[in-house]
Amino acid sequence: MAELRGTVDIETDRCKGCGLCTVACPVKIIIFKANSVNVKGYQPVTIQDPASCTGCGNCALMCPDSVITVERSSRKKETAHV
Amino acid sequence: MSRTLMKGNEALALAAIKGGCTHFFGYPITPQNEIPEFLARELPKAGGVFLQAESELAAINMVYGAAATGARAMTTSSSPGIALMQEGMSMLAAAELPCVIVNVQRGGPGIGSIQPSQADYYQMTRGGGNGDYRIISLAPSTVQEGAEMMLGAFDLADFYRTPVFIVSDGMLGQMMEPLDLPEKISRNLPAKDWTAVGHGGLRKPNTIKTLALDPVRLEQINNRLQDKFARIAEAECRYETYKTEGAEIILCAYGSTARIARNCIDLLREENIGAGMIRPQTLWPFPNRAFRNLTDSCRQILCVEMSCGQMVDDVRLAINGRIPVSFYGRSGGIIPVPEELVRQVKLILGRK
Amino acid sequence: MTVIFTKSKGLTELETHYCPGCTHGIIHKLVAESLVELDLLNDTIGCAAVGCSILSYNYFNIDMIESAHGRAPAVATGVKRVHPEKTVFTYQGDGDLASIGTAEIVHAAHRGEKITTIFVNNAIYGMTGGQMAPTTLANQKTTTAPNGRDVKHCGMPLKVSEMLAQIPGAAYVARVSVHSPKAVRQAKKAIKKGFEYQMAGIGLSLIEVLSTCPTGWGLSPIDALLWLEENMIPYYPLGVYKSPEEA
Repeated sequence: MAELRGTVDIETDRCKGCGLCTVACPVKIIIFKANSVNVKGYQPVTIQDPASCTGCGNCALMCPDSVITVERSSRKKETAHV
Repeated sequence: MSRTLMKGNEALALAAIKGGCTHFFGYPITPQNEIPEFLARELPKAGGVFLQAESELAAINMVYGAAATGARAMTTSSSPGIALMQEGMSMLAAAELPCVIVNVQRGGPGIGSIQPSQADYYQMTRGGGNGDYRIISLAPSTVQEGAEMMLGAFDLADFYRTPVFIVSDGMLGQMMEPLDLPEKISRNLPAKDWTAVGHGGLRKPNTIKTLALDPVRLEQINNRLQDKFARIAEAECRYETYKTEGAEIILCAYGSTARIARNCIDLLREENIGAGMIRPQTLWPFPNRAFRNLTDSCRQILCVEMSCGQMVDDVRLAINGRIPVSFYGRSGGIIPVPEELVRQVKLILGRK
Repeated sequence: MTVIFTKSKGLTELETHYCPGCTHGIIHKLVAESLVELDLLNDTIGCAAVGCSILSYNYFNIDMIESAHGRAPAVATGVKRVHPEKTVFTYQGDGDLASIGTAEIVHAAHRGEKITTIFVNNAIYGMTGGQMAPTTLANQKTTTAPNGRDVKHCGMPLKVSEMLAQIPGAAYVARVSVHSPKAVRQAKKAIKKGFEYQMAGIGLSLIEVLSTCPTGWGLSPIDALLWLEENMIPYYPLGVYKSPEEA
């Protein structure tokens, strides 16, 4: 299988802090941002170890508010979810 | 079209096709079944769509959906079915969707009888659905008049973006009379650019809705609707007078009852009793102005209905206490005869 | 680097009013993506229902019609009979479809209306504060069954997919879930199929999506996903109950 590498961008101010992405991430690099409250009053999530991101997209798949954008570099062709 | 003898219900159906109806959704109920049956045969031939719904509730919502996408949609029913549709009518009025709805009234309340009545006047003029709204309510009293009203009803609905009622009854629906349907005179209609038909990537999405959670916004919407109703009241109020000149007593009646009242007036005139009639042709807007123009000779008003007294409320409001208003009615589907109206008039006037 | 996930063009910019973790957001996304991928966005008309999703017309980037509670399949029938060439869908919750609107969905299926219905089953009435739904599980606590649903008193939960699959006019009936990435991917496939079958003009497609209501259930969004998996799936098995391929 092609090695996946990815980058994740989170629109922090639109995050509702639901946490679905934190359990969806297979490498467990999404966490609630400590001591942080966004403009909506929620505790947003953040990526704690970006280098370990595989670009699987599970976080964006599960996000009910579409605040996550995932980019991936890989030799495997993939249909974008847009 | 040449003069033809036609049943009232069928005349309405024919006029609907000629008036531009494209879609009919309805459910069977006596005494109006000839309308869906005629349309089932003829509407597809005219390029339209007929669909029998699973209930009146479904039918009015199919009309709502069709109207929201720009169709000239229509449904017909009778009193208990109309009651079921009230939620849909409030939605249609609130969403400003044009359509035509026919009520062939029968005895009530409840399942009632299948005989004619006028006991839905409140339903047809006071809503019955929730909220502040009005629906244009046309009341023919002959088969010919019903067909002519229907002929112009779709344009009327489109012109104001509002539902239109045709208020018939079991007698008008079943009777056969000569019909000579004129050519339709079309109104100048605005473009339907508000419909939900798919934005095609060319414009912002259109939304048809009635929800407005912000009270300020909802009040604005209500005020805008009220302005529209005021314009309709000014421009679309219709009534007919019969021998009201110098009349001592004026009868007020609509639909089938007006025909009986007319005969009653003729009988009274033979006995030199000065009677006349104001016949509302629109129940809403109610012809208040007809009651303002009464001459001083008029001492009494008698409102006659096939009900326990509903239109009489509007007559009393229009008269505003200037002249005594009496009521005479039959319910249960019983049709009064001219002679009993004559007796009633004489009683009121203190004559033998 | 290629973007493989971003907000769908089928959704508007507006932030949703849904509770944190509410799976309506996921399902909206799957519908929006399907419409974009099938190039149907410009010619789709959605019929919104009454429930938490009543404001869905603010979130889908398409023409939409608000429908009275339960009536969306009748409204959609009106739309599709006027514009058979357009894509028409309803998006309904369990009160809307499985309670007040049961006649409308049965008859739309019976007539084989060529529409797609997204049925969001979260075993509760969310918008109105957590009352019992026809889909509430046995012994599940809700505000109108505070001691839990007593099936002797108000019946067993209603299995909509099984019921509708028996109707000849129902072309495609599938039950899916959104409790995990794998489930969400399956759900997307089913929803997309529901639109493809509509394009093929076969009959009514209904996709029942098992969903969470963290607020109504009194659970965190993450715990709600687990509750769904452990409690709803055993009673509401996932799978395809009717498919044009079988017929």
